Amino acid sequence: MNNLIRLTEHGPERVGTDPWTLALTEEPAAAGPRILSLEAWLQRQPEAVLSGQAPSADAVCLQPDDEAEQLQPYLAVLPLIAVLFPSFRDGRGYSQAYLLRTRIGWTGELRAVGDVLRDQLSHMRQCGFDAFAIREDKSAEDAIKGLGGMSVLYGRSAIEPRPLFRRRASEC
Amino acid sequence: MYHYDEYDRALVAERVAQFRDQISRRLSGELSEEEFLPLRLQNGLYLQRHAYMLRVAIPYGTLSADQLRALASVARDFDRGYGHFTTRQNIQFNWIELEQVGDILARLAAVDMHAIQTSGNCVRNISTDAFAGVAADELLDPRPLAEILRQWSTVNPEFLYLPRKFKIALCSASEDRAAVMMHDIGLYLYRDGAGEMLFDVMVGGGLGRTPILSQPIRKALPWQHLLSYVEAVLRVYNRHGRRDNKYKARIKILVKALGIEAFAREVEAEWEHIKDGPAELTRAEYERVAASFQPPAYPPQPAVDLAFGSALARDAGFARWVQRNTHAHKQPGYVSVTLSTKPGAAMPPGDVTAAQMEQIAQMAERFGFGEIRIAHEQNLVLPDVAKTDLYALWQQACAFGLATPNIGLLTDVIACPGGDYCALANAKSIPVAQAIQQRFADPELLQDLGEISLNISGCMNACGHHHIGNIGILGVDKNGSEWYQLTIGGAQGKHSALGKVIGPAFSAEDVPEVIAQLAEVYRAQRQGEERFVDTVERIGLAPFKARVYPPQETRA
Ligand code: HEM
Ligand code: SF4
Repeated sequence: MNNLIRLTEHGPERVGTDPWTLALTEEPAAAGPRILSLEAWLQRQPEAVLSGQAPSADAVCLQPDDEAEQLQPYLAVLPLIAVLFPSFRDGRGYSQAYLLRTRIGWTGELRAVGDVLRDQLSHMRQCGFDAFAIREDKSAEDAIKGLGGMSVLYGRSAIEPRPLFRRRASEC
Repeated sequence: MYHYDEYDRALVAERVAQFRDQISRRLSGELSEEEFLPLRLQNGLYLQRHAYMLRVAIPYGTLSADQLRALASVARDFDRGYGHFTTRQNIQFNWIELEQVGDILARLAAVDMHAIQTSGNCVRNISTDAFAGVAADELLDPRPLAEILRQWSTVNPEFLYLPRKFKIALCSASEDRAAVMMHDIGLYLYRDGAGEMLFDVMVGGGLGRTPILSQPIRKALPWQHLLSYVEAVLRVYNRHGRRDNKYKARIKILVKALGIEAFAREVEAEWEHIKDGPAELTRAEYERVAASFQPPAYPPQPAVDLAFGSALARDAGFARWVQRNTHAHKQPGYVSVTLSTKPGAAMPPGDVTAAQMEQIAQMAERFGFGEIRIAHEQNLVLPDVAKTDLYALWQQACAFGLATPNIGLLTDVIACPGGDYCALANAKSIPVAQAIQQRFADPELLQDLGEISLNISGCMNACGHHHIGNIGILGVDKNGSEWYQLTIGGAQGKHSALGKVIGPAFSAEDVPEVIAQLAEVYRAQRQGEERFVDTVERIGLAPFKARVYPPQETRA
């Protein structure tokens, strides 16, 4: 993926070359590490991975109908979790990300893939994504601007679990 | 009224800047219309038949005089001199240019107003009773919790791309004036014996082509859990609501498909995880917000007001208006006044001119502590008026066409924009409303019929709430021409009901006469003080059908 933005300790950065290939359909010819659908991932892992003894060479991509909770047993062996936005108007990925971060306990890379666009990025970030594979026909340079969003968040999010009323109270 | 602080102001100002940028990227072609669509909807901007329509939020229907003046200035400078108040306590401007939207929003931001999430598949404007905080039958004031919900739902990152729009209403009076049961989430708020605030939570209501009344999902929820419980409902809905078919995407379909018990189990399981977390409301926050809603210092009123009494005796028009258009207040000597936006053929229901808005702002300051409310029935309310001032207020309201004494009567029609504005319409709504208002212009007849709600929608989408009108009128299309299907027996409030279709549709010309015949059947059949809707419930549809579809016209 070459249109990738990743959050780093220095802020959001474009990732020059990313080894991962999103392979949601049939067996891809491409070599290198792949991000598979949950179903394909479960089928292809050796026993050692499924039992948590060896790291997986493949990553998983949750699709909107998947239950994020299904990943719970595999957190230690997964190199990366992607969440697919088949359309930028499908908001299920926000709840999946929120659950992965706040309840399921995923701390590794959480990547938004699919119809990932500038104006949704700050919401995705607040729900816990830290990598964004921007849709190929869009400029990732431009999209970075969308990560800023707004400075005020009333509610809470994966990166700010306290709603404003608790933050407000602790300030003074 | 809630007073914005620096956070609220910063959010609204940044939002204006953000949307300006999105508009300019749309105009430059950088954003496609498809990409722009949800962004503009989340900023209240619809594309209608002729132009853009901007829907501005009036949170839980509360406005200050200055805010109303700002709306008047938008109507005057950017529209055709009027605005349209809606059933969800918002205002719409129908003739907006895309290029101007940034300036309009900036002007509104200057008076702490916005258009955030008034459309789109997100949590919409929180609505409540127009008499919140002042009604004599109120159990407690819902406005602080409504404001807390408003803040929580505003740009909540997880819930901006829901399967469909999501509407929440609160009510905390013995009478439900907020149509709570046709909302995705409805909240009935009250106090227990110890004085603690509790909610009965309702879920899964909505109109549209499949109207469903909500069902109770949780009783007696302590107020501290308001946000976490709503969050749990929304998360379950966001994850499991249908997205394959927009007509089946609302939470009402999910609740119906799962059954309320199974749905409630999902919500409770989700809620268990979050209920005692940081989303739990604090007393400090409740008090901070509630401080904005302290009642004004009402000057005490004389127990007996001779001038008011003699004006009532002297002037029948005034007496009729007082009887119809005022509402009982908590404070002795005060009432709430409803200014009717339904003068009949002169104006479509809900439309108010810039000059009228300015007058209303001035009346609110002169007679009522500077506050205005928007009612679900598309009228405006001055919540706090001393009885001593009513005569002067009435005269002023008469002079500006705002004193039609028809609140709750047949001509107090709710109508959707219909074919005159809306690209989805099968039929016009406004001319039908006006023809009915004309047919029932006689004040004696109108009074005699008593309380009847009549709601009109131009298509199945049910924006005009026809399903819950005592008389509902739905525009339908038959081979390219406009027809109207009638329902009777619908009701909003704690005894909500969905109307039943009485039979084949009528032509526009016939509608007023058919309504007159329904009214005749009621007059002939009613017992004592019985209201239209109660008569319908008692005697059923048959006598009404028999009258409007006489046997000679029915085919074998
Ligand atoms: C451009 C077209 C449309 C116009 C002008 C329009 C107008 C309105 C207005 C003025 C309201 C009161 C709104 C408020 O303040 O939030 C409303 C509510 C409503 N609209 Fe629309 N609408 C349109 C499109 C639609 C569509 C596409 C649907 C459904 C597919 C829909 C379904 C409803 C329903 C069910 C309500 C009222 C009931 C409720 O509050 O849930 N409308 N509409
Ligand atoms: S009911 Fe239909 S015609 Fe009326 S405003 Fe809604 S979508 Fe348009």
